[in-house]
Amino acid sequence: MSTYFEIKPKGKFSFGLGELWEYRELFYFFTWRDVKVKYKQTVLGFLWAILQPLFMTVVFTLFLGESISQKTQLTIPYPVFALSGMLLWGIFSGGMSNAANSMVSNANIIKKIYFPRLIIPISAILVSLIDFFIASIVFLVVLFFYKVNINYMSILFLPLSVIITCLSAMGIGTTLAAMNIKYRDVKYVIPFLVQGLLFLTPVLYPENISTYPVIKFILKLNPLAGALELMRGIFNGYEISFDTVLISLASSMILFVVGIIYFRKTESYFADLA
Amino acid sequence: MKPILEIQHISKKFLINHEQQPYLSLRDSLSKVFKVKNTTEDFWALNDVSFIVEQGDTIGIIGKNGAGKSTLLKILSKITPPTSGKIIGRGRIASLLEVGTGFHPELSGRENVLMNGSILGMRKAEILKNFDNIVDFAGVSKFIDTPLKHYSSGMQLRLAFAVAAFLENEILIIDEVLAVGDADFQKKCMGKMEDVSRSGRTILFVSHNLGAVTQLCKKGVYLQGGKIEKIGNASDVLNSYLNSEDNEIGNRYIAKNEKKSELFFQEIETLNENNISASSFGFDENIVIKITINGSKFVERDTKISITLLDKFQARVFTSVKVFSVFLNNNSFSVISIKIPKSIIAPNSYSFRYAIFNDSGKVYDLIENITKIKIIDTGTEMTKYEGVDYGSVILNCNWQSV
Repeated sequence: MSTYFEIKPKGKFSFGLGELWEYRELFYFFTWRDVKVKYKQTVLGFLWAILQPLFMTVVFTLFLGESISQKTQLTIPYPVFALSGMLLWGIFSGGMSNAANSMVSNANIIKKIYFPRLIIPISAILVSLIDFFIASIVFLVVLFFYKVNINYMSILFLPLSVIITCLSAMGIGTTLAAMNIKYRDVKYVIPFLVQGLLFLTPVLYPENISTYPVIKFILKLNPLAGALELMRGIFNGYEISFDTVLISLASSMILFVVGIIYFRKTESYFADLA
Repeated sequence: MKPILEIQHISKKFLINHEQQPYLSLRDSLSKVFKVKNTTEDFWALNDVSFIVEQGDTIGIIGKNGAGKSTLLKILSKITPPTSGKIIGRGRIASLLEVGTGFHPELSGRENVLMNGSILGMRKAEILKNFDNIVDFAGVSKFIDTPLKHYSSGMQLRLAFAVAAFLENEILIIDEVLAVGDADFQKKCMGKMEDVSRSGRTILFVSHNLGAVTQLCKKGVYLQGGKIEKIGNASDVLNSYLNSEDNEIGNRYIAKNEKKSELFFQEIETLNENNISASSFGFDENIVIKITINGSKFVERDTKISITLLDKFQARVFTSVKVFSVFLNNNSFSVISIKIPKSIIAPNSYSFRYAIFNDSGKVYDLIENITKIKIIDTGTEMTKYEGVDYGSVILNCNWQSV
């Protein structure tokens, strides 16, 4: 019989890919539910996906735009630079914090039904990816408005940029989600982690803002640095620093693998602790 | 053919410490590093449980609170892993530890059916195929595109059960979900469950409603303290469960020493048909009350004994009176047994009032609200009305058209 199964005490480690495939429809349903619920009973609806990055961009342009542009000899208009960063940052921050809270907020489901638990945090990241695509439409309008020259070849790198961002969001998100089940302290750490990381990441300023080698090195280690490099490569005249991209790719993959392993190792006891 | 489920030596251990603290904070965990003593204590929710489920079995799992029923179901549903042991299954398993898991108030009825169905493990195509039947069964077709938060709680429950009712898995694990909705809907649910079991699928069913268990299940598993106490056909298992509850709720009365009137109840006890002390009785079981009266030599001709059944609000249900002298012997003690016929007293909790008195109004002894008993539904016609106050007596009246 094809439906043979065994239930045993926790055995050898596996990523459980076969099972994830078997339950693939649930990715769709969880993402779909969260997208639907997210903007229910709001007047502006999907506009919120656009307003959040736009607002940050406006604030930073007004207060810091000029000085950052001058100091770092930015070749593209600062609002375009900042918005491109905020869009990618939106995937990371939204995805990571939703994923980190997802296990606790779905505790009632976890305690009653079995399915591969990874579906929940991964769906949380898919939700923020959808926000990203919506907000990208506005980004196109802004690009057109500032008449920015686009290097069309570099657009091919954009998917890699999004993948690096998603991998890091998943890595940190799943780690925090698993920890959150056991230690609710995580709930309080998340907002402040997101805020701190925003300033540690070259989202609103270019990587060359600091001349100290140590700070430059730390910024390079940040997995989002490479993703942002690729994103900004689409502007004509922007030099992608490929060593940053490679470092980011490696660090995002490490975060991802560590996160998934930690999550998989602890997930069987989620129902007992949630 | 191999059994559809083989449960082999399943045990589950909890640390009691963790039970008391629903979640830990990092600080607690850090401070524990410096503590020498470990204060946790092992608690075995399940201890070496093994049994086999054949295809098409309907198995009722009974036992008191904390006997390990829910833990067993959670392990079977893969929600929590066993500490040791192994379960081999040969079929798609669906567990209904709750109806409406994943329901979201902001989503419409239609969207919730899709969401809930897929969480329960249905394919989208399967849900869409049954969609009209689900909505019909729940009786909410008018509101199917309304957000769930505007549904009455009854409508939500009906919709939730309806989704579950159309699961096509070979093995169904059901925990108390029948205890929802009004009497009418419960009846519908029971009917649906019977259909499901007749269709050759395998059901594991946990319920406190023993009536529902006998109605639905052919086999029973009785858990006590994490171990299997008895396993076999449903009515045998149910009986041993009923008998095990003996002496728990005070079905025995013994006169206190200081009570030294001339004529008094020395001892009263409720027994089952086999003369074994019991406090829980099936609806279809006779109740025997054994009374020992002290001081028989003072008995006058018109002395009478009465017993009165009291319901749980201590309202009187009926009284039976007998002249004492017929029981007299030469001893100072008389032992009397009273048999209350079966299949009359409705399932519920009761107690008794006992009196010794004479016609001129003298009361020798009067005790109220003792020998508490419980009548348990073993599948009466009124099972489906559980929770409805239909009185304390079930009578088979003669209905005829004229």
